[in-house]
Amino acid sequence: MSKGKLAIYWAASCGGCEISILGIQEKILEVDKAFDIVLFPCGADGKVRDVEKLPDKAIDLCLFNGGIRTSEQEYMARLLRAKSRVLVAFGSCAHEGCVPGLGNLHTRREMFQTNYHDSPSLDNPGGTEPHHETQVPEGTLHLPEFYDTLKTLGQTVPVDYYLPGCPPESERIWEALEAILAGQLPPPGSVIGVNTTVCDVCKRKRTEKKIRAFKRTWEVVPDEETCLLEQGLVCCGPATRAGCGALCPQVNSPCIGCYGSNGGVEDYGARLMSALASVIDSNDPEEVDRIIREGLPDPVGTLYRFSLASSLLRRSSRQAEAAKA
Amino acid sequence: MSEAFEPRIVGFLCNWCSYRAADLAGISRIKHAPNVRIIRVMCSGRVDPSFVLKALALGADGVMVAGCHPGECHYIEQNYKTIRRYGMLKHTLKALGLEDDRVRLIWASAAEGQQLAEAIDRFVADVRKLGPLNWPANWSEDPAHLAAVEKMAAEHAEAMEVPV
Repeated sequence: MSKGKLAIYWAASCGGCEISILGIQEKILEVDKAFDIVLFPCGADGKVRDVEKLPDKAIDLCLFNGGIRTSEQEYMARLLRAKSRVLVAFGSCAHEGCVPGLGNLHTRREMFQTNYHDSPSLDNPGGTEPHHETQVPEGTLHLPEFYDTLKTLGQTVPVDYYLPGCPPESERIWEALEAILAGQLPPPGSVIGVNTTVCDVCKRKRTEKKIRAFKRTWEVVPDEETCLLEQGLVCCGPATRAGCGALCPQVNSPCIGCYGSNGGVEDYGARLMSALASVIDSNDPEEVDRIIREGLPDPVGTLYRFSLASSLLRRSSRQAEAAKA
Repeated sequence: MSEAFEPRIVGFLCNWCSYRAADLAGISRIKHAPNVRIIRVMCSGRVDPSFVLKALALGADGVMVAGCHPGECHYIEQNYKTIRRYGMLKHTLKALGLEDDRVRLIWASAAEGQQLAEAIDRFVADVRKLGPLNWPANWSEDPAHLAAVEKMAAEHAEAMEVPV
């Protein structure tokens, strides 16, 4: 049997997904047995030009990580969609936008202002900013356009499967690859993973949840056996898909929700809002407001840390941003 | 735009109090603003925050949630959960830059047709003052940014031809 073709690409992401792929260790040799790697920036050679020359659907599997923030990334998403038989949104950024998606709380103008003008560690006396077109004596130079709003891969091109996680655990990657190699794939459009929450696999003791205040992680040293949410910590376990084996709660740290929403959930943050709201032990609207205000100083960063770009509202109001500026 | 702005408002009304209040308002021929599209739910506690977010994301200018008065919930205490969820939702929406008056929680018992009608009128007037929300416009991208993709595709098109 001839080998299949594999492409691994990154867009707006940190590179952690690549490390996680290599984290399958010697099993990468199995992958190599099954596939020729045609493109894998950061891990192997391969040129975009060569991918462009391939016939459509010539790549058997493409693992695409990262969100879409620039025109170049959108081009690559479209190119790899056209050239791939199976396109997998790999990792939280491609799946739900992840931390780069929190940039959707701002506009491109604000991000440039911080990044190229206001950052305290910056030395940019000429106030240089990236421009799409720059004239130099030799001709015109191009940089990709930087979008106002980060999109997920699924909001950009049709995606066959989603592999959640920031980054996806190496064991889950291997399971997914095994399923793909064996041709045992779930229906297109589905998330490759389990359909249950982190709470379900967390070994901590759970009783009735009633809290009078949310606590930040630096405010308490939690006991090692009781449910962290019952101790007042904002643990995202109730809303988050399992797949990690409840790694963070195991080491006394609350779940931050990197595996994204569980099956059938349209908006991760909304689900977490419901879960957190129901543990507040007060019926007095003013006290409830105080508990929420003091306990969640950054609600979007807490409830949508990994999923703002894929949430129902996708971003903050640009009108409000413009009014601030 | 020459036509006057008419707010589009989605209202989630609980089956046992607020929806009956709306019924009563109808039967009693109480006039109120026609801008609220009413969706009956069994309890205000049934209103998942995602319902509200979805309404806003699909183009509603405002969302109203109405339930039994605290202490009078048909399901004993679910409207207290509504209070907490609503608090959580409002706190988040504020951080996303949504005006405070666009989402409102009100209480109306089955006997309060008049009060519900007045609350609707007040809410519609407040949203009207804010103007259209048009939330999906927030994520529409500058056409110049999108043109850059087409340009790049055109520049690379030559390389994409597959030799037969």
